[in-house]
Amino acid sequence: MSDELKSDGAAKQPSPGGWSRISRRGLLQALVSVPVLGVFAYNILKKKALDDAKKEAILSELGVTESGPAVIPSAISRPPGRRIRLGIIGVGGEGESLLRHAGFAHPDWIRDARKALVEDPLDKQLEVYLNQEDLNVVFTGVCDLFDVRAERAVAASRVDVRPRGASANPPARRFRNYTEMLQSGEVDAVIVATPDHWHARICQDAAAAGIHVYCEKALTRTEEEAHAVYDAVKRSKIVFQLGHQNRQSESHNKAREIIAANILGPITLVEATTNRNSKWGAWVWDIHKDGNPSTIDWAQFEEPAPHKVPFSLERFFRWRCWYDYGTGLAGDLLSHEFDGVNQILQLGIPQSCVATGGVYHFTDGRDVPDVFQAAYEYPERKLSFVYSATLANGMDRGLQFMGHDATMKVGGTLSVTADGESTRFKKKLDEGVIDTSQPMFTYRPGFKGIDAVTSATMQYFASRGLLFTYRGGRRMSAYHLMLQEWLDVIRNGGETSCNIERAFEEAITCHMATKSYLEGRRVTWDPVRRRIV
Amino acid sequence: MTQTATVVRHGPYSSFQVTTLVALRMLIGWHFCYEGIAKLLNPYWTSAGYLAGSQWFLKEELIDLAANATAVTVVDVLNEWGLVAIGLGLMLGALARPAAIAGVVLLSLYWIVAPPFAGVTYPMPAEGSYVLVNKVLVELAALLVVVAFPTSNVYGLDRFLTRTRNAKPAAHEAAAA
Repeated sequence: MSDELKSDGAAKQPSPGGWSRISRRGLLQALVSVPVLGVFAYNILKKKALDDAKKEAILSELGVTESGPAVIPSAISRPPGRRIRLGIIGVGGEGESLLRHAGFAHPDWIRDARKALVEDPLDKQLEVYLNQEDLNVVFTGVCDLFDVRAERAVAASRVDVRPRGASANPPARRFRNYTEMLQSGEVDAVIVATPDHWHARICQDAAAAGIHVYCEKALTRTEEEAHAVYDAVKRSKIVFQLGHQNRQSESHNKAREIIAANILGPITLVEATTNRNSKWGAWVWDIHKDGNPSTIDWAQFEEPAPHKVPFSLERFFRWRCWYDYGTGLAGDLLSHEFDGVNQILQLGIPQSCVATGGVYHFTDGRDVPDVFQAAYEYPERKLSFVYSATLANGMDRGLQFMGHDATMKVGGTLSVTADGESTRFKKKLDEGVIDTSQPMFTYRPGFKGIDAVTSATMQYFASRGLLFTYRGGRRMSAYHLMLQEWLDVIRNGGETSCNIERAFEEAITCHMATKSYLEGRRVTWDPVRRRIV
Repeated sequence: MTQTATVVRHGPYSSFQVTTLVALRMLIGWHFCYEGIAKLLNPYWTSAGYLAGSQWFLKEELIDLAANATAVTVVDVLNEWGLVAIGLGLMLGALARPAAIAGVVLLSLYWIVAPPFAGVTYPMPAEGSYVLVNKVLVELAALLVVVAFPTSNVYGLDRFLTRTRNAKPAAHEAAAA
């Protein structure tokens, strides 16, 4: 190369001696970058030492670790002993999902999941299904008022593509009426995934028959029903679980540790929110093409409903839009948010509630509000819990616990950010060890390598698909863990994480909001008479 | 002062040219080295998100790659240590030319995975993006300068390596003497 840089410090005379003959100046030129490397290494090490010291200082100040929650009640599952015969009552979207998470996916779902995997290799639903533990259960009974759904559940009960290569079972028997199933002697436990207006009667009858119950939230449609179910379950010896899958979330369990370590200081406000912006999110669900008076048992559907109306496909398939069958946002989404907060703070039933809202966007004949606010007071705990929801805006506002010293945000991940005026962290804030511009603590479930895609792009993928959580870095379905815990307790004793006490607190709290909204007044809880007044 | 008195020449380059070329090489090396070490020190870092967010012609293949945990681990290790090796090579001027070429290849891959086309957005935040041109492309061009105007045979360990390789001094060196 004619334009190559020449070494002006090289030996002036042509020499066969190689680099050992390089002059001192040449040597200095050749090693010119070594000091730069030294500066680089020094600064990198200094930065690492500073970062480590800062992290250590913060963690020791906080008294928590970065690792997963130390104790998850249901984390240690014993090998399933005796086989449990399950029945399922109500097999709509949620029911079919629960069937799948118990290890019985409908063949169509498996076909679609395989197709989805081909189209998008990041789609993990099939992998999660196939890797979930075999719960050693068999579905012996199915009850749904729509023929198509009942038949789908029967098909799922005999599916041959099972988690961990478990064998196929004989098909479940279809019952036209749930009482026949409860009296058949063919089921040990039932999953109740009907619309809310049926929950109370089924739960009471199952409890009376000594059949264990896994009931979908919300517990009941009314306050009176909540009392009745509570009493029935308390009188019986059944194992009861309410389907709030947040109970299995690693972030929620970690949040309990944060609270136990009193990192936030006195908490005065908890803000929970729901923002959705789609027809589906506002319960405008598909009306099945085969739904008609001959395939749907309408009379039985509306039996416990307060108002009887002529056959309506809309009401059957989109029941959440009417108070006759559910309680709208209160029972569907406030219930989840409250149970999450109750899990983390053990709040129990509030002293009072004021709720407002209206049907502002989905003026499609529904009578439940699509914009809904509920403010609860807990004077003994010196805090307010505020729930705010809209079904016509998709901004993610999250769930926040606001204390004098810090704010905790809980979602798929968990973060704690110090407050600028904190008393506890004042020294560390003044020293610059803690700053308020970024979280001083972030907990991300899942680890690199084990579930590389999800852990790296958590925020991007969190909104896709079902709700997942982690156990020892492995991605698991929270629904599956919730069912597993229930079955463990049935077999081995113990307590479910969302037992009848927690379920009752959830039900009353949600009903306070509904009552306040419907009656346009502040309502309170009378702890002596145990009534909303 | 006369022109000949102020400009010290190093072959065809002036001192100023040599200084800027060596500085450019070292600064790019510093950046590469830092990127590699920062990734090695972060237990949560992985290339999966970057790969999975690809929007151009290799999208399908890259998403396949991102979905494969083993492949992602291999890509991560190669990327982390590759960055460190390239960085050290450039900074120390050791095998600087192959290091610079490897750097050009690596930066080309980064650009191809997430080219900043107008109207295309990525899940991973991109730093310094100016429609088609981003900081990756600018650094790539700078590295091409390093390839085109090598300095490590004098200002770097390559001085020893080239001399060991060529027991006899190159013809042009003898001529220069």
